[in-house]
Order: sequence, then structure tokens, then C-alpha cells
Amino acid sequence: MAEIIQNEGGGKQKGKRRIKRHSTHIDMTPMVDLACLLLTFFMLTTAFSKAKVMEIILPERTQEDDKNRPQVDDSKVLNLILVDNDKILWYNGLADPTKASLPPLVETDFSADGIRKILLQRNRDLFAKIDGLNNDIITGKIKLPRDSVDARIVNFKRGDKLGPVVLIKAHDNVKYKNVVDIIDEMSITNIASYALVDINHVENKMVSNYFAATSSGAGSNK
Amino acid sequence: MGKIKMAKNPPKIDMTPMVDLFFLLLIFFILTATFRPQEAVAVDTPSSNSNTTTPESHVITLTVSKDNLVFFNIDNGTDSSEHLRAKVLQAMGSQYSIRFTPAEIKRFEALNSFSLPIAKMKDWLDAKDAKTRDAMHTGLPMDSTDNQLLMWIRFARQYYPDFEVALKGDRDADYKEVKKVIDILQDNNVNKFNLTTNLEADKVTLDNI
Repeated sequence: MAEIIQNEGGGKQKGKRRIKRHSTHIDMTPMVDLACLLLTFFMLTTAFSKAKVMEIILPERTQEDDKNRPQVDDSKVLNLILVDNDKILWYNGLADPTKASLPPLVETDFSADGIRKILLQRNRDLFAKIDGLNNDIITGKIKLPRDSVDARIVNFKRGDKLGPVVLIKAHDNVKYKNVVDIIDEMSITNIASYALVDINHVENKMVSNYFAATSSGAGSNK
Repeated sequence: MGKIKMAKNPPKIDMTPMVDLFFLLLIFFILTATFRPQEAVAVDTPSSNSNTTTPESHVITLTVSKDNLVFFNIDNGTDSSEHLRAKVLQAMGSQYSIRFTPAEIKRFEALNSFSLPIAKMKDWLDAKDAKTRDAMHTGLPMDSTDNQLLMWIRFARQYYPDFEVALKGDRDADYKEVKKVIDILQDNNVNKFNLTTNLEADKVTLDNI
């Protein structure tokens, strides 16, 4: 075992002092045990103590009359309105109060069959590209360093013309969890462009109309 | 005639190198360990599949607790010689004409996130124990008449412009409150956020469509 073996120093003394006769073996087992224990503790705590973060970059504040505002095609816009009880109401295009009919709201939720399916269907082209690339990396068909893989994915996203532009809006009383969930959903489904936007009064009205319609049992909301 | 000679000496294994290695590793881990500082409030963060880690230093941490209190925290820089916390506190003190004694500034450097108006900061620093200190978190003023959160962020970025912002919200915090914090940050031209989350891997394939 781990021990210090000390030579008996008093061998050649002339028999007077016999105190140091027995060997001074120090049993180091408890100390080693403790060292092991501490080692395990520190290894485990250091490995798990780092918190994970999700990065989000919000668009810079622009003036209302800014000419450089990005123009988006109305048909590509997918609006997600988060409402309480973990529900999402979504509609396509723009809600224009001057038009006769507002786009209908459809209710969905955060499950894999809910919002994820909708997003994947709309984003199928881009998702298939990125998924294909990732699969090729995993199976070893393409050998690329991580950086260039990321760069390629960024390029895919930039060149994407078919995917939706998702506008995320939160109604009153929405919990923070839902917002993080939906942003997470964007990264899972590889949506190229999405933004957190303030809800406007037209949409507020649409939501309250929708709830009025569903609670009275009318079913659809027009 | 040739008999196989067995080793006479008992099979003793010398464990010294192993123990040496143990100690070496132990010292390494002790020195590299970064302890999570005790937080003023327990926050249950939402989960995401993001695998990025928090930046090591120069982070403004804004915590939104379950009962919608906003906590502010900055770190002291890469090492304690930068004294960022002290500088920011002094700047805040001169802004609101409060004088902090050197002892108070020193204590502030050692402390963590807080959620209280600057007028109460002195009491908070002079509080006897952690329990009374925790009871003093009543909320950081952040409305348009008295926006202290804005000032804290502004002064922090004045001393170190590249502060990263980590937003650590409880899963049950109201988004409205978080949105207020985000708006204040955007007023300060902070447009990049790190939302602190738990890792929860979630895999999708094309079959999910």
C-alpha cells in the first residue's frame, strides 16, 4: 500500500534508548481515500456547473419611417401569437385592418405534432438541406471541420428563398418559458429568419375575437 | 529437472504513482473549479437544445424571478484586479448622490445579484447576515420616471463596453416583465442576448413532417 517506510535510525545506538525500535509505518490509506473522494467530487462538480445559453440577436431599433427597413413578402410571413395555457394561434400573411376579412387564426400547441409540424412543413426545403448535410457529416461521407459546417449552414440559411419569415408575438400573461420554447423551436426546425415582435392592436382584437368565438361554441373565427 | 520457480516475494503493488496522480488531479480540479456563487433567488430556467456555454467573465446577468422581480448582477472582470463592480457602484453612487464607504464597496464586490433601489443599497450592504439581505430584495425600479436598471447597465457598459448580457428568466416569469428588461437593454443598444437555459436535446428528422 501507499506508505512511508522509514529506516530505523537507532540501529547503531548502544542499547540505551529503545523507544524507536518499532518501525514507523504510517498508514496512508485514509488519506488516499479522502483524496479520491475529493477528486471525484471536484471532477463531477466542475463538469456540470456550466450553464447553457441560447443566443438571440434582436433587430436594432429603427425609426418608423426608415427607408432601409427590410421588405418582406406578405405571403411568406407566418405569425405566431403566443397566448396563455401554452397555446399558439397562428395565421399567414399580414393582418390588414383595412381589408374586409382578417386572416383566420388556427390554434396549435408546443408539442411535436403541433407547431413543429407546421414549421417543418413550411421550412421543408431548408431543413432537408441542413439535415442532409448533418447526416453526411455523421455518416462520414463528407469530412469537414465544425467551423465550415456552421458556415455552410449559415450560407444555406442566407440563400433560402422558400422558408417562412416567422414573427413571434406574445399576448398578455404569456410565461417566459413559452417564449424560450418557441425560439428553441425555431432553432430545432432551422428557420432562417424569425423575429420577436410586439403584438399590435389588430392582433389583440383577433385573439379576443377568437376566444369569444371558441368559448361561445361558434367554432370558427372569421 | 527444470522446475518452474515461482516468485518468492509476495505480490505487492506499489501504489505510490497512482496516489501521486490522484493528488495531481485533485490539485488541478481544486484550482480550476469555479463555484457557482450563491444566488439571491432560485431560478428554474427553461430548457432548450442549445449547447453554447455562458461566457466566463464580463457578463451582466439579469435574472427575472418567479415573482417577476428583476435582479441585476455583474461580475468583477476576468480577475478581481479589474474591480468593475466597485467602479459601477461608485458611479451609481455619484449619480444618486450616495457616498459608499470603502468597506461597503468592498462588501459589494463580494456580493451577488440584487433587486433593490439604490437608496436601500447602503442598508443592504450593512445588513448583518444573508437572511436579512435576502429579505430586502423588493425590486429594482425600472419605470420611466426612475429607471435605475437602465443606469446600472449604462454605467456597467461605460466601464467595459463589451459586456455580454445573460438573461436568466424563470420558466414561470411573465414574459411582459422579461420584455420590459429587453426593451431597457435595447434602449442601451444591447441587441444580443444570451438566454440562460437548461440543455435538453431534442432531435427531429424529416420523418417528423
